[in-house]
Amino acid sequence: MDSVDLIGMVSIITAGVTVGIGAPITAIGEGWAVSRGMTALAQQPDAAPVITRTLFIGVAMVESSAIYCFVVSMVLIFANPFWNYVVAASGGQ
Amino acid sequence: MHITPDSIIYWQSGPVRISATLVFTWVVMAILVLGSWLVTRRLTTDIQLSRGQNLLEIIVNGIREQIRDVTLQDPDRYLPFIGTLFLFIAVSNVLSIVPGFSPPTGSLSTTAALALCVFVTVPIYGIADRGLVEFLKSYVQPNVLLLPFNILGELTRTVALAVRLFGNVMSGSMVGAILLAIAPFFFPIVMNALGLLIGLIQAYIFSILSLVFIASATRAQQERQIAEASIVKEETNG
Repeated sequence: MDSVDLIGMVSIITAGVTVGIGAPITAIGEGWAVSRGMTALAQQPDAAPVITRTLFIGVAMVESSAIYCFVVSMVLIFANPFWNYVVAASGGQ
Repeated sequence: MHITPDSIIYWQSGPVRISATLVFTWVVMAILVLGSWLVTRRLTTDIQLSRGQNLLEIIVNGIREQIRDVTLQDPDRYLPFIGTLFLFIAVSNVLSIVPGFSPPTGSLSTTAALALCVFVTVPIYGIADRGLVEFLKSYVQPNVLLLPFNILGELTRTVALAVRLFGNVMSGSMVGAILLAIAPFFFPIVMNALGLLIGLIQAYIFSILSLVFIASATRAQQERQIAEASIVKEETNG
């Protein structure tokens, strides 16, 4: 197995694993946050605007860690620097 | 499939290249400027408002209300910067539903530029409010040992701001393109509708987060004002 195959295989597996681990853990955390937010909303409907705003900001900040994983996996698949390097090196020969 | 509109190049001459990011940024700017100019050309204080004036008043009032809620200060200091950020990001995200338009916020260069603006604006507001020495002192709070972490936090939140917006917008158009290949006609439309919601929420979050960063740099001032206000209140009451 030469380096092109190896790099392609490792990149694709890593891209899948990145989203596969990053997204569910973030989803669990986000679910906790939303459930607490719902409890707070049910207990204090008067404070709804403040709770909703804080909840949105918090959820978006948690969400960003899943987005980082997604960006990493997209880079691995579509803009992989090692892959481009190997392709350029083999094309140059 | 293009991961960012940066890779679509319309015209190039030497190091100067005009990519789709640049062109669509100009489109958004033109829409905002022309729209505002057309509406503000004939403003009235009548009871009869034109539709455009009504819309602009609702938007500006809404942004001012949000700023006042978050910072508990006079919103007009922050309105130009925060309002511009929100309008630009919101318009470019919403226009992503137009066929052929690739949102400039889906490129890391645009979002990094916006995040750098926030990165520069935070110390400007902080120094203007508290003075240079007081502002620099805030980096060694609560302890000198935390200085590296404070600086690191400043840098990472800028990167996070840029990558969050880029990732959300890029993933929206990416998911749309992938779904178009495997399940055309129905699911891409649903995902596009979701993308509109996410785009507006991301615009809101970007501007609110930059507002929170700016407000936290001017926090001491605010606390002093609140303390003064409560003292004045006690004096008038007593």
